[in-house]
Amino acid sequence: MPRITYIEYNGTEHTVDVPVGKSVMQGAIENNIPGIDADCGGECACATCHVYVDEAWLGLVGLPTPGSQEASMLSFAAVTQPDSRLSCQINVTQAMDGLIVRMPEGQH
Amino acid sequence: MNAPVQIDAATDAYSTPLDQIDVSNPRLYQEDCYFPYFERLRREDPVHYRKGGMYGDFWSVTKFKDIMHVETHPEIYSSEAKLGGISITDRPMEFRRSSFISMDPPRHDDQRRVVSPIVAPANLNNMSSIIRERTARVLDGLPRNETFDWVQDVSIELTTLMLATLFDFPVADRAKLTWWSDRATEDVNAGGIVNSEEKRLEILTEAVQVFTGMWHERAAKPPSYDLISMLAHGEATKNLVNDPAEFLGNLTLLIVGGNDTTRNSMSGGLAALCKNPSEYDKLRANPGLIPSMVPEIIRWVSPIIHMRRTAKADAEIGGKQIKAGDKVVMWYVSGNRDEESIDRPNEFIIDRARPRHHLSFGFGVHRCVGNRLAEMQLNILWEEIMKRFPRIELMEEPKRLYSNFIHGITEMKVRIPA
Repeated sequence: MPRITYIEYNGTEHTVDVPVGKSVMQGAIENNIPGIDADCGGECACATCHVYVDEAWLGLVGLPTPGSQEASMLSFAAVTQPDSRLSCQINVTQAMDGLIVRMPEGQH
Repeated sequence: MNAPVQIDAATDAYSTPLDQIDVSNPRLYQEDCYFPYFERLRREDPVHYRKGGMYGDFWSVTKFKDIMHVETHPEIYSSEAKLGGISITDRPMEFRRSSFISMDPPRHDDQRRVVSPIVAPANLNNMSSIIRERTARVLDGLPRNETFDWVQDVSIELTTLMLATLFDFPVADRAKLTWWSDRATEDVNAGGIVNSEEKRLEILTEAVQVFTGMWHERAAKPPSYDLISMLAHGEATKNLVNDPAEFLGNLTLLIVGGNDTTRNSMSGGLAALCKNPSEYDKLRANPGLIPSMVPEIIRWVSPIIHMRRTAKADAEIGGKQIKAGDKVVMWYVSGNRDEESIDRPNEFIIDRARPRHHLSFGFGVHRCVGNRLAEMQLNILWEEIMKRFPRIELMEEPKRLYSNFIHGITEMKVRIPA
Protein backbone atom coordinates (compact mmCIF):
# COMPACT_ATOMS: atom_id res chain seq x y z
CA MET A 1 0.00 0.00 0.00
CA PRO A 2 1.42 3.45 -0.89
CA ARG A 3 2.89 5.39 2.02
CA ILE A 4 2.16 9.10 2.12
CA THR A 5 3.82 11.69 4.33
CA TYR A 6 1.75 14.67 5.44
CA ILE A 7 3.68 17.54 7.00
CA GLU A 8 1.76 19.99 9.15
CA TYR A 9 2.45 23.71 8.96
CA ASN A 10 4.34 23.47 12.25
CA GLY A 11 6.59 20.75 10.78
CA THR A 12 4.99 17.71 12.42
CA GLU A 13 5.22 14.73 10.06
CA HIS A 14 2.67 11.94 9.70
CA THR A 15 3.44 8.97 7.50
CA VAL A 16 0.56 6.62 6.82
CA ASP A 17 -0.51 3.91 4.39
CA VAL A 18 -3.27 5.00 2.06
CA PRO A 19 -5.02 2.45 -0.15
CA VAL A 20 -4.87 2.88 -3.93
CA GLY A 21 -8.06 4.54 -5.14
CA LYS A 22 -8.56 6.70 -2.07
CA SER A 23 -7.83 10.40 -2.28
CA VAL A 24 -4.94 12.04 -0.49
CA MET A 25 -7.58 13.97 1.49
CA GLN A 26 -9.25 10.74 2.64
CA GLY A 27 -5.89 9.40 3.74
CA ALA A 28 -5.53 12.38 6.07
CA ILE A 29 -9.10 12.35 7.40
CA GLU A 30 -9.20 8.59 8.01
CA ASN A 31 -5.95 8.81 9.96
CA ASN A 32 -7.02 11.88 11.96
CA ILE A 33 -4.16 13.96 10.63
CA PRO A 34 -4.71 17.61 11.59
CA GLY A 35 -4.37 20.43 9.10
CA ILE A 36 -6.75 19.14 6.42
CA ASP A 37 -10.35 20.09 7.15
CA ALA A 38 -12.22 18.82 4.07
CA ASP A 39 -15.48 20.53 4.99
CA CYS A 40 -17.30 19.45 1.83
CA GLY A 41 -16.25 15.82 2.10
CA GLY A 42 -14.50 15.49 -1.24
CA GLU A 43 -16.79 17.34 -3.65
CA CYS A 44 -14.14 19.87 -4.68
CA ALA A 45 -16.43 22.54 -3.30
CA CYS A 46 -14.68 24.18 -0.35
CA ALA A 47 -10.89 24.29 -0.79
CA THR A 48 -10.25 23.26 2.82
CA CYS A 49 -8.09 20.25 1.91
CA HIS A 50 -5.43 22.43 0.33
CA VAL A 51 -1.88 21.01 0.25
CA TYR A 52 1.45 21.81 -1.34
CA VAL A 53 2.83 18.90 -3.32
CA ASP A 54 6.52 18.20 -2.77
CA GLU A 55 8.58 19.33 -5.75
CA ALA A 56 9.90 15.85 -6.49
CA TRP A 57 6.32 14.55 -6.86
CA LEU A 58 4.80 17.38 -8.80
CA GLY A 59 5.53 15.77 -12.17
CA LEU A 60 3.65 12.61 -11.22
CA VAL A 61 0.79 14.21 -9.30
CA GLY A 62 0.35 17.08 -11.72
CA LEU A 63 -1.36 20.45 -11.41
CA PRO A 64 -5.06 21.20 -11.75
CA THR A 65 -6.34 21.51 -15.30
CA PRO A 66 -6.80 25.19 -16.12
CA GLY A 67 -10.47 26.10 -15.99
CA SER A 68 -11.35 23.08 -13.88
CA GLN A 69 -13.46 23.26 -10.75
CA GLU A 70 -10.34 22.54 -8.71
CA ALA A 71 -8.45 25.44 -10.30
CA SER A 72 -11.40 27.69 -9.67
CA MET A 73 -11.79 26.70 -6.00
CA LEU A 74 -8.04 26.94 -5.42
CA SER A 75 -8.00 30.45 -6.81
CA PHE A 76 -10.10 31.54 -3.81
CA ALA A 77 -8.02 29.73 -1.22
CA ALA A 78 -5.61 31.70 0.91
CA VAL A 79 -1.83 31.23 0.76
CA THR A 80 -1.72 29.34 -2.51
CA GLN A 81 1.56 28.53 -4.29
CA PRO A 82 2.39 27.17 -7.73
CA ASP A 83 2.47 23.66 -6.19
CA SER A 84 -0.98 23.94 -4.56
CA ARG A 85 -3.56 21.20 -4.99
CA LEU A 86 -6.82 20.21 -3.39
CA SER A 87 -6.00 16.85 -1.88
CA CYS A 88 -9.50 15.48 -2.51
CA GLN A 89 -8.67 15.65 -6.21
CA ILE A 90 -5.50 13.58 -5.98
CA ASN A 91 -6.34 9.91 -6.34
CA VAL A 92 -3.71 7.68 -4.83
CA THR A 93 -1.94 5.29 -7.21
CA GLN A 94 0.75 2.72 -6.50
CA ALA A 95 3.25 5.06 -8.14
CA MET A 96 2.59 7.60 -5.38
CA ASP A 97 4.31 5.43 -2.78
CA GLY A 98 6.51 7.91 -0.89
CA LEU A 99 4.49 11.02 -1.80
CA ILE A 100 5.06 14.05 0.42
CA VAL A 101 2.50 16.84 0.85
CA ARG A 102 2.66 19.87 3.12
CA MET A 103 -0.18 21.74 4.75
CA PRO A 104 -0.70 25.51 4.50
CA GLU A 105 -0.91 27.88 7.44
CA GLY A 106 -4.68 27.56 7.51
CA GLN A 107 -7.55 26.07 5.54
CA HIS A 108 -10.03 28.62 4.35
CA MET B 1 -51.37 26.15 2.98
CA ASN B 2 -51.33 28.91 5.49
CA ALA B 3 -49.43 28.98 8.70
CA PRO B 4 -51.02 31.30 11.23
CA VAL B 5 -49.72 31.62 14.76
CA GLN B 6 -50.19 28.52 16.92
CA ILE B 7 -50.91 26.20 14.05
CA ASP B 8 -50.01 22.59 14.51
CA ALA B 9 -47.32 22.58 11.88
CA ALA B 10 -46.78 18.82 11.92
CA THR B 11 -50.43 18.22 11.05
CA ASP B 12 -50.56 21.00 8.49
CA ALA B 13 -47.35 19.84 6.81
CA TYR B 14 -48.79 16.37 6.17
CA SER B 15 -52.41 17.34 5.43
CA THR B 16 -51.66 20.09 2.90
CA PRO B 17 -51.65 18.77 -0.68
CA LEU B 18 -48.03 18.38 -1.74
CA ASP B 19 -48.29 20.88 -4.58
CA GLN B 20 -49.68 23.48 -2.17
CA ILE B 21 -46.82 23.37 0.29
CA ASP B 22 -45.08 26.73 0.21
CA VAL B 23 -41.88 26.76 2.24
CA SER B 24 -41.23 30.34 1.16
CA ASN B 25 -43.79 31.64 3.67
CA PRO B 26 -41.67 33.79 6.05
CA ARG B 27 -44.09 33.01 8.87
CA LEU B 28 -42.75 29.46 9.01
CA TYR B 29 -39.40 30.87 10.10
CA GLN B 30 -40.81 33.53 12.35
CA GLU B 31 -42.85 30.87 14.17
CA ASP B 32 -39.97 28.38 13.98
CA CYS B 33 -42.31 25.69 12.63
CA TYR B 34 -40.78 24.90 9.23
CA PHE B 35 -39.20 21.54 10.10
CA PRO B 36 -42.14 19.20 9.34
CA TYR B 37 -42.71 20.78 5.92
CA PHE B 38 -39.14 20.05 4.89
CA GLU B 39 -39.21 16.64 6.53
CA ARG B 40 -42.13 15.78 4.27
CA LEU B 41 -40.53 17.26 1.16
CA ARG B 42 -37.27 15.38 1.74
CA ARG B 43 -39.21 12.13 2.02
CA GLU B 44 -41.88 12.54 -0.62
CA ASP B 45 -40.69 15.11 -3.13
CA PRO B 46 -37.13 16.26 -2.45
CA VAL B 47 -36.98 18.46 -5.54
CA HIS B 48 -40.34 20.14 -5.28
CA TYR B 49 -42.04 22.56 -7.63
CA ARG B 50 -44.36 25.16 -6.19
CA LYS B 51 -46.40 27.08 -8.69
CA GLY B 52 -47.91 30.35 -7.56
CA GLY B 53 -46.25 30.50 -4.17
CA MET B 54 -45.97 33.66 -2.11
CA TYR B 55 -42.71 34.41 -3.94
CA GLY B 56 -43.74 33.11 -7.34
CA ASP B 57 -42.97 29.79 -8.99
CA PHE B 58 -39.89 27.99 -7.74
CA TRP B 59 -38.13 24.71 -7.28
CA SER B 60 -37.21 23.73 -3.74
CA VAL B 61 -34.03 21.67 -3.41
CA THR B 62 -34.16 20.09 0.03
CA LYS B 63 -31.55 17.30 0.16
CA PHE B 64 -27.90 17.87 1.05
CA LYS B 65 -26.53 16.11 -2.02
CA ASP B 66 -28.85 17.89 -4.44
CA ILE B 67 -27.95 21.25 -2.91
CA MET B 68 -24.28 20.35 -3.33
CA HIS B 69 -24.96 19.57 -6.99
CA VAL B 70 -26.55 22.97 -7.61
CA GLU B 71 -23.75 24.73 -5.69
CA THR B 72 -21.06 23.12 -7.81
CA HIS B 73 -22.65 23.86 -11.19
CA PRO B 74 -22.61 27.66 -11.42
CA GLU B 75 -22.43 27.40 -15.20
CA ILE B 76 -26.03 26.13 -15.13
CA TYR B 77 -27.37 27.60 -11.89
CA SER B 78 -26.65 31.29 -12.11
CA SER B 79 -26.40 33.84 -9.32
CA GLU B 80 -26.59 36.84 -11.65
CA ALA B 81 -28.50 39.75 -10.14
CA LYS B 82 -30.30 40.53 -13.38
CA LEU B 83 -31.67 36.99 -13.57
CA GLY B 84 -32.94 37.27 -10.02
CA GLY B 85 -29.82 36.97 -7.91
CA ILE B 86 -29.50 34.92 -4.75
CA SER B 87 -32.80 35.42 -2.96
CA ILE B 88 -36.22 33.96 -3.73
CA THR B 89 -37.67 37.48 -3.85
CA ASP B 90 -37.81 38.76 -7.41
CA ARG B 91 -37.10 42.44 -7.03
CA PRO B 92 -38.17 44.81 -9.81
CA MET B 93 -35.39 45.00 -12.40
CA GLU B 94 -34.31 48.52 -11.42
CA PHE B 95 -33.64 47.34 -7.85
CA ARG B 96 -31.52 44.31 -8.78
CA ARG B 97 -28.09 45.34 -7.60
CA SER B 98 -25.09 43.34 -8.64
CA SER B 99 -22.36 42.29 -6.21
CA PHE B 100 -19.84 39.50 -6.27
CA ILE B 101 -22.25 37.13 -4.53
CA SER B 102 -24.83 37.83 -7.24
CA MET B 103 -22.43 37.43 -10.15
CA ASP B 104 -21.14 34.40 -12.01
CA PRO B 105 -17.54 33.61 -12.88
CA PRO B 106 -15.35 35.15 -14.18
CA ARG B 107 -16.37 38.62 -12.91
CA HIS B 108 -17.28 37.14 -9.55
CA ASP B 109 -13.84 35.59 -9.24
CA ASP B 110 -11.97 38.82 -9.89
CA GLN B 111 -13.98 40.86 -7.38
CA ARG B 112 -13.99 38.20 -4.69
CA ARG B 113 -10.21 37.84 -4.84
CA VAL B 114 -9.81 41.53 -4.00
CA VAL B 115 -11.38 41.19 -0.55
CA SER B 116 -10.63 37.59 0.42
CA PRO B 117 -7.11 38.32 1.78
CA ILE B 118 -8.73 40.11 4.73
CA VAL B 119 -9.64 36.70 6.14
CA ALA B 120 -6.39 34.91 5.21
CA PRO B 121 -4.88 32.87 8.05
CA ALA B 122 -2.19 35.39 9.03
CA ASN B 123 -4.70 38.22 9.17
CA LEU B 124 -7.09 36.14 11.26
CA ASN B 125 -4.28 35.61 13.76
CA ASN B 126 -3.70 39.36 13.86
CA MET B 127 -7.38 40.00 14.56
CA SER B 128 -7.80 37.40 17.27
CA SER B 129 -6.38 39.45 20.14
CA ILE B 130 -8.57 42.47 19.48
CA ILE B 131 -11.62 40.20 19.19
CA ARG B 132 -10.76 38.53 22.49
CA GLU B 133 -10.18 41.81 24.28
CA ARG B 134 -13.54 43.21 23.12
CA THR B 135 -15.41 40.02 23.85
CA ALA B 136 -14.02 40.02 27.39
CA ARG B 137 -15.01 43.65 27.87
CA VAL B 138 -18.56 43.10 26.61
CA LEU B 139 -19.04 40.01 28.78
CA ASP B 140 -17.60 41.70 31.86
CA GLY B 141 -20.12 44.49 31.45
CA LEU B 142 -23.17 42.22 31.51
CA PRO B 143 -25.59 42.41 34.45
CA ARG B 144 -25.90 39.54 36.96
CA ASN B 145 -29.13 38.06 38.20
CA GLU B 146 -31.04 40.37 35.94
CA THR B 147 -32.89 39.66 32.70
CA PHE B 148 -31.41 41.30 29.60
CA ASP B 149 -31.51 40.94 25.82
CA TRP B 150 -28.58 38.82 24.64
CA VAL B 151 -29.16 39.85 21.02
CA GLN B 152 -28.74 43.55 21.70
CA ASP B 153 -26.10 43.45 24.41
CA VAL B 154 -23.87 40.67 23.11
CA SER B 155 -24.59 39.44 19.58
CA ILE B 156 -25.17 42.81 17.94
CA GLU B 157 -22.49 44.55 19.96
CA LEU B 158 -19.76 42.04 19.13
CA THR B 159 -20.56 41.60 15.46
CA THR B 160 -20.92 45.32 14.84
CA LEU B 161 -17.57 46.03 16.49
CA MET B 162 -16.05 43.38 14.24
CA LEU B 163 -17.62 44.91 11.18
CA ALA B 164 -16.39 48.38 12.14
CA THR B 165 -12.87 46.92 12.31
CA LEU B 166 -13.16 45.20 8.93
CA PHE B 167 -14.29 48.45 7.29
CA ASP B 168 -12.17 50.68 9.54
CA PHE B 169 -15.48 52.42 10.16
CA PRO B 170 -15.80 54.95 13.01
CA VAL B 171 -16.66 52.87 16.08
CA ALA B 172 -18.85 55.63 17.51
CA ASP B 173 -21.12 55.37 14.44
CA ARG B 174 -21.25 51.56 14.40
CA ALA B 175 -25.01 51.41 15.08
CA LYS B 176 -25.44 52.62 11.50
CA LEU B 177 -23.92 49.39 10.24
CA THR B 178 -26.52 47.32 12.08
CA TRP B 179 -29.25 49.65 10.84
CA TRP B 180 -28.19 49.35 7.19
CA SER B 181 -27.69 45.62 7.52
CA ASP B 182 -31.17 45.07 8.91
CA ARG B 183 -32.81 47.37 6.37
CA ALA B 184 -30.92 45.75 3.47
CA THR B 185 -32.47 42.34 4.17
CA GLU B 186 -35.86 43.35 5.55
CA ASP B 187 -38.79 41.65 3.84
CA VAL B 188 -41.07 44.35 2.42
CA ASN B 189 -44.07 42.38 3.71
CA ALA B 190 -42.79 42.18 7.28
CA GLY B 191 -44.73 45.23 8.38
CA GLY B 192 -41.54 47.07 9.29
CA ILE B 193 -39.74 50.17 8.15
CA VAL B 194 -38.80 48.96 4.67
CA ASN B 195 -42.22 48.54 3.08
CA SER B 196 -41.05 49.10 -0.50
CA GLU B 197 -37.90 48.83 -2.55
CA GLU B 198 -37.99 52.62 -2.95
CA LYS B 199 -37.85 52.99 0.82
CA ARG B 200 -34.99 50.52 1.08
CA LEU B 201 -33.00 52.39 -1.55
CA GLU B 202 -33.65 55.70 0.19
CA ILE B 203 -32.21 54.34 3.46
CA LEU B 204 -29.27 52.58 1.84
CA THR B 205 -28.37 55.64 -0.20
CA GLU B 206 -27.06 57.11 3.04
CA ALA B 207 -24.69 54.15 3.29
CA VAL B 208 -23.49 54.79 -0.25
CA GLN B 209 -22.79 58.43 0.59
CA VAL B 210 -20.89 57.64 3.78
CA PHE B 211 -18.83 54.91 2.16
CA THR B 212 -18.17 56.99 -0.95
CA GLY B 213 -16.51 59.59 1.27
CA MET B 214 -14.41 56.92 2.96
CA TRP B 215 -13.53 55.44 -0.42
CA HIS B 216 -12.10 58.64 -1.83
CA GLU B 217 -10.05 59.26 1.31
CA ARG B 218 -8.57 55.79 1.21
CA ALA B 219 -8.04 55.69 -2.53
CA ALA B 220 -5.78 58.73 -2.09
CA LYS B 221 -3.71 56.98 0.59
CA PRO B 222 -1.50 53.89 0.39
CA PRO B 223 -3.40 50.58 0.63
CA SER B 224 -4.37 49.46 4.13
CA TYR B 225 -5.95 46.29 5.45
CA ASP B 226 -9.60 47.28 5.53
CA LEU B 227 -12.31 46.33 3.07
CA ILE B 228 -12.85 49.80 1.63
CA SER B 229 -9.17 50.39 1.02
CA MET B 230 -8.82 46.94 -0.51
CA LEU B 231 -11.72 47.59 -2.90
CA ALA B 232 -10.47 51.09 -3.73
CA HIS B 233 -7.03 49.77 -4.63
CA GLY B 234 -8.07 46.42 -6.13
CA GLU B 235 -7.55 46.11 -9.88
CA ALA B 236 -10.99 44.53 -10.45
CA THR B 237 -12.84 46.91 -8.14
CA LYS B 238 -11.04 50.27 -8.29
CA ASN B 239 -13.85 51.85 -10.34
CA LEU B 240 -16.66 50.35 -8.26
CA VAL B 241 -17.46 53.67 -6.62
CA ASN B 242 -18.50 55.03 -10.02
CA ASP B 243 -21.27 52.46 -10.28
CA PRO B 244 -23.49 53.31 -7.30
CA ALA B 245 -25.79 50.31 -7.75
CA GLU B 246 -22.94 47.79 -7.82
CA PHE B 247 -21.11 49.68 -5.08
CA LEU B 248 -24.21 49.43 -2.90
CA GLY B 249 -24.62 45.77 -3.85
CA ASN B 250 -21.11 44.96 -2.67
CA LEU B 251 -21.41 47.11 0.46
CA THR B 252 -24.62 45.34 1.37
CA LEU B 253 -23.03 41.97 0.78
CA LEU B 254 -20.06 42.74 3.03
CA ILE B 255 -22.17 44.39 5.75
CA VAL B 256 -24.77 41.63 5.88
CA GLY B 257 -22.23 38.86 5.41
CA GLY B 258 -19.99 40.19 8.15
CA ASN B 259 -22.73 40.88 10.58
CA ASP B 260 -26.07 39.22 10.45
CA THR B 261 -25.00 35.62 10.15
CA THR B 262 -22.52 35.64 13.02
CA ARG B 263 -24.95 37.64 15.13
CA ASN B 264 -27.60 34.98 14.79
CA SER B 265 -25.14 32.19 15.48
CA MET B 266 -24.12 33.97 18.69
CA SER B 267 -27.75 34.07 19.79
CA GLY B 268 -28.85 30.73 18.38
CA GLY B 269 -25.92 28.85 19.89
CA LEU B 270 -26.80 29.94 23.40
CA ALA B 271 -30.45 29.06 22.79
CA ALA B 272 -29.41 25.61 21.55
CA LEU B 273 -27.35 24.94 24.68
CA CYS B 274 -30.13 26.11 27.00
CA LYS B 275 -32.60 23.83 25.23
CA ASN B 276 -30.21 20.88 25.30
CA PRO B 277 -29.05 20.84 28.92
CA SER B 278 -27.08 17.62 28.59
CA GLU B 279 -24.97 19.24 25.86
CA TYR B 280 -24.51 22.30 28.05
CA ASP B 281 -23.31 19.94 30.82
CA LYS B 282 -20.90 18.34 28.35
CA LEU B 283 -19.49 21.76 27.52
CA ARG B 284 -19.08 22.69 31.18
CA ALA B 285 -17.28 19.42 31.81
CA ASN B 286 -15.00 19.97 28.83
CA PRO B 287 -14.65 23.46 27.31
CA GLY B 288 -12.13 21.84 24.97
CA LEU B 289 -15.17 20.87 22.90
CA ILE B 290 -15.69 24.48 21.79
CA PRO B 291 -13.89 24.05 18.41
CA SER B 292 -16.26 21.23 17.45
CA MET B 293 -19.28 22.88 19.07
CA VAL B 294 -18.90 26.02 16.98
CA PRO B 295 -19.47 24.41 13.55
CA GLU B 296 -22.31 22.40 15.11
CA ILE B 297 -23.89 25.67 16.25
CA ILE B 298 -23.52 27.05 12.73
CA ARG B 299 -25.19 23.95 11.28
CA TRP B 300 -27.91 23.99 13.91
CA VAL B 301 -28.68 27.68 13.43
CA SER B 302 -28.35 27.72 9.61
CA PRO B 303 -28.06 31.53 9.64
CA ILE B 304 -28.99 31.78 5.96
CA ILE B 305 -32.25 30.00 5.29
CA HIS B 306 -31.82 29.65 1.54
CA MET B 307 -29.85 30.71 -1.49
CA ARG B 308 -31.47 31.01 -4.87
CA ARG B 309 -30.14 30.33 -8.35
CA THR B 310 -31.70 30.69 -11.79
CA ALA B 311 -31.26 27.92 -14.36
CA LYS B 312 -29.54 29.16 -17.51
CA ALA B 313 -30.23 25.93 -19.40
CA ASP B 314 -32.51 22.92 -19.20
CA ALA B 315 -31.10 20.54 -16.62
CA GLU B 316 -31.98 17.81 -14.17
CA ILE B 317 -31.84 17.69 -10.39
CA GLY B 318 -32.76 14.50 -8.57
CA GLY B 319 -34.67 13.22 -11.60
CA LYS B 320 -36.72 16.39 -12.07
CA GLN B 321 -36.58 18.37 -15.29
CA ILE B 322 -35.55 21.96 -14.68
CA LYS B 323 -36.20 24.42 -17.51
CA ALA B 324 -34.00 27.34 -18.48
CA GLY B 325 -35.24 30.37 -16.56
CA ASP B 326 -36.60 28.40 -13.60
CA LYS B 327 -36.00 29.66 -10.10
CA VAL B 328 -34.12 27.09 -8.03
CA VAL B 329 -34.01 27.52 -4.26
CA MET B 330 -31.52 25.64 -2.08
CA TRP B 331 -32.95 25.37 1.42
CA TYR B 332 -29.93 25.15 3.68
CA VAL B 333 -32.20 24.76 6.72
CA SER B 334 -33.41 21.52 5.15
CA GLY B 335 -30.12 20.14 3.81
CA ASN B 336 -28.65 20.65 7.27
CA ARG B 337 -31.28 18.24 8.64
CA ASP B 338 -30.93 15.61 5.94
CA GLU B 339 -30.49 12.23 7.61
CA GLU B 340 -28.90 10.80 4.46
CA SER B 341 -25.91 13.12 4.79
CA ILE B 342 -25.77 13.98 8.48
CA ASP B 343 -25.93 11.48 11.30
CA ARG B 344 -28.78 12.20 13.78
CA PRO B 345 -29.40 15.58 12.12
CA ASN B 346 -32.20 16.62 14.46
CA GLU B 347 -29.97 16.43 17.49
CA PHE B 348 -27.65 19.18 18.65
CA ILE B 349 -24.43 17.31 19.42
CA ILE B 350 -21.44 19.45 20.38
CA ASP B 351 -18.91 16.67 19.91
CA ARG B 352 -20.16 15.13 16.67
CA ALA B 353 -17.74 13.64 14.16
CA ARG B 354 -17.02 15.92 11.17
CA PRO B 355 -19.07 18.88 12.42
CA ARG B 356 -18.02 21.07 9.50
CA HIS B 357 -19.90 18.92 7.04
CA HIS B 358 -22.84 21.32 6.87
CA LEU B 359 -24.32 23.68 4.29
CA SER B 360 -24.54 26.87 6.30
CA PHE B 361 -21.61 28.52 4.48
CA GLY B 362 -22.66 27.24 1.09
CA PHE B 363 -20.24 25.36 -1.14
CA GLY B 364 -18.54 25.98 -4.46
CA VAL B 365 -17.34 29.32 -5.78
CA HIS B 366 -19.74 31.32 -3.60
CA ARG B 367 -18.79 29.63 -0.35
CA CYS B 368 -18.76 32.16 2.48
CA VAL B 369 -15.56 34.21 2.33
CA GLY B 370 -15.63 34.89 6.06
CA ASN B 371 -16.35 31.38 7.29
CA ARG B 372 -13.16 30.97 9.29
CA LEU B 373 -13.49 34.46 10.77
CA ALA B 374 -17.04 33.66 11.86
CA GLU B 375 -15.83 30.46 13.50
CA MET B 376 -13.03 32.32 15.23
CA GLN B 377 -15.39 34.94 16.63
CA LEU B 378 -17.67 32.22 17.97
CA ASN B 379 -14.76 30.22 19.37
CA ILE B 380 -13.47 33.23 21.26
CA LEU B 381 -16.95 34.15 22.48
CA TRP B 382 -17.51 30.70 23.94
CA GLU B 383 -14.03 30.46 25.44
CA GLU B 384 -14.56 33.76 27.22
CA ILE B 385 -18.11 32.86 28.30
CA MET B 386 -16.95 29.59 29.84
CA LYS B 387 -14.18 31.37 31.74
CA ARG B 388 -16.79 33.57 33.39
CA PHE B 389 -20.26 32.11 33.43
CA PRO B 390 -20.88 28.44 34.17
CA ARG B 391 -24.53 28.95 33.32
CA ILE B 392 -26.68 31.39 31.38
CA GLU B 393 -30.45 30.89 31.50
CA LEU B 394 -32.91 31.42 28.69
CA MET B 395 -35.86 33.31 30.19
CA GLU B 396 -38.32 33.04 27.32
CA GLU B 397 -38.63 31.70 23.79
CA PRO B 398 -36.44 33.81 21.43
CA LYS B 399 -38.31 36.15 19.09
CA ARG B 400 -37.62 35.50 15.45
CA LEU B 401 -37.53 37.51 12.25
CA TYR B 402 -40.20 37.50 9.55
CA SER B 403 -37.92 36.37 6.74
CA ASN B 404 -37.35 33.37 4.50
CA PHE B 405 -33.74 34.44 3.89
CA ILE B 406 -32.10 35.66 7.11
CA HIS B 407 -32.64 33.22 9.97
CA GLY B 408 -32.76 35.95 12.54
CA ILE B 409 -33.31 36.08 16.27
CA THR B 410 -34.47 39.59 17.09
CA GLU B 411 -34.71 39.33 20.86
CA MET B 412 -33.58 36.77 23.40
CA LYS B 413 -34.11 37.37 27.10
CA VAL B 414 -31.51 35.68 29.27
CA ARG B 415 -30.15 35.87 32.80
CA ILE B 416 -26.75 35.15 34.27
CA PRO B 417 -27.25 33.83 37.79
CA ALA B 418 -25.22 35.80 40.35
